[in-house]
Amino acid sequence: MKEVDARGLSCPEPMMLTEEAVKSEKGAIRILVTEPHQRMNVEKCARDHGREYTSTETEDGFAVVIDPQK
Amino acid sequence: MQEEIRLTQFAKHGGCAAKIGPDTLSRVLGRLPKFSDPALLVGFETSDDAAVYKITDDVAVIQTLDFFTPVVDDPYTFGQVAATNALSDVYAMGGEPKIALNIVCFPGDLDPDILGEILRGGADKVREADAVLVGGHSIQDDVPKYGLSVAGLVHPDRVYKNFGCRKGDVLILTKQLGSGVINTAVKAQMASPEAEKEVIRVMTTLNRKAKEAAAGFTVHACTDVTGFGLLGHCSEMAEASRARIEIGTEGIAFMHGAKEYAAMGLIPGGAYRNQEHVSGLLDAGDADEVYVDLLSDPQTSGGLLFAVPEEEAEDMLRAFERADLGTKVSVVGRVTDSGVDRPAICLRDKVEMG
Repeated sequence: MKEVDARGLSCPEPMMLTEEAVKSEKGAIRILVTEPHQRMNVEKCARDHGREYTSTETEDGFAVVIDPQK
Repeated sequence: MQEEIRLTQFAKHGGCAAKIGPDTLSRVLGRLPKFSDPALLVGFETSDDAAVYKITDDVAVIQTLDFFTPVVDDPYTFGQVAATNALSDVYAMGGEPKIALNIVCFPGDLDPDILGEILRGGADKVREADAVLVGGHSIQDDVPKYGLSVAGLVHPDRVYKNFGCRKGDVLILTKQLGSGVINTAVKAQMASPEAEKEVIRVMTTLNRKAKEAAAGFTVHACTDVTGFGLLGHCSEMAEASRARIEIGTEGIAFMHGAKEYAAMGLIPGGAYRNQEHVSGLLDAGDADEVYVDLLSDPQTSGGLLFAVPEEEAEDMLRAFERADLGTKVSVVGRVTDSGVDRPAICLRDKVEMG
C-alpha cells in the first residue's frame, strides 16, 4: 500500500500530499498525520475525489486509509 | 531586494488564523483581575473589539491593538492587510481612527527593504483612513509580524457594541466570507488567480465606507468578523445579547472558489477550533458541512456585522450599495429571540423575514 507520511507537517501540506497521492494512485493509500484537523482535511480531500476511507487513531496522530478507486 | 522570499513560509498560521483559540483565551483571561472605571464604556468582559473610554460628554477614546504573522507573500500587501485589519476595530466600535502606531517583529537577517515595504503598505492604509501614523515599536524576531495600535474617537452615545441585538433584527455583513480558506488555497498553490485577487482586494478594503454608510441607521450591535469566523463572532453577539440567531446559508456572499476549496479540505485549523468553540450554541440542522466549515473560517480583515431593526434593513442595504464598498454585502441572518436563557445559533437554508 502506498504510504504518505505527513506527520509533523503544517497545513496545508498534508492535504496537498493527499491530493497528489489520490490523483496518481488508484490503489489504497495510507496517510499519516499528526493533528485532528489535518485528519479531517485529508478525509475531505478523499471524499472530494469520491474515495472511501477509514480513519484510526495512532500513537502519534491519525492514519487515514483511502480505499482503492472503484 | 532579496528575491524568492515568501513571507507566508515564516508563519505556521497567517493573519487572523494566528489568533489564539477562543477557548484557550477565555480560560486565561478569566483569571486576570477585573478593572473598573466609571469612564470605561466598553471593557473586555464582553469580548468586544476595543476599549472605549469617555473623556467628556461628547468625546470618547477608542483604543485597540492588532497584529499578526504574514497572510500573503508580498510585503507591501501584507502591510496593507494588517493595517486595514487593525483600523477595523475602531470602525467596529463606530469610531474614526485618529492616531496609529506600528508594532513590528522582523528577522535581523532579512533584507530591511522588505520591512520598508511592509511599513509602506501600512502607512498607505493609515493615510487612506485619514489618521496619522506616528512611529511605533520594533523588535527582532524569527517570524515577521506587523500591525497597529490605533486610537480613535467616537461620541459616547454612538458607540457600537457587540451586544444589544434584539428580536427581529436583521444581520448584515459588509464583506464576503472565505479569506481563511482562500489564503490556505493560495499557500497550497491551488487557488485560481481570480480567487487570489479577490481575497487581497477584500482584505485590503477599509471598513470605513461601511461604517460611514451605516451612520444614521439604528445599529443595535456591531462587530467585525475576524479570527473567530462568522459563527464565533455571532456566538459572542448571541451570548452577550442573550439572543437566538438564525443564519441563512443561502443568502451569504462567499469569495470566488471558497466552497470548492473548502470541500477539497483546504481548511485552516482555526476553523475547526472555532467550530468546537461554538458547538454548545450551534444547531447546524441539516446544513451542508461545507457551510459549517466556511462560517467558522477565520477571516482576516473581515467585514462589519450589523444588527439592525428589520424596518431599516432594506434602506441600509441600499445605503451600502450607494457607498460602493467594493465588497459584497449580504444579509446573513436574523435575531429570532432576545432576552432568552439559552442563547443559540441555528443554521437554516433561508431565514424568513417578518
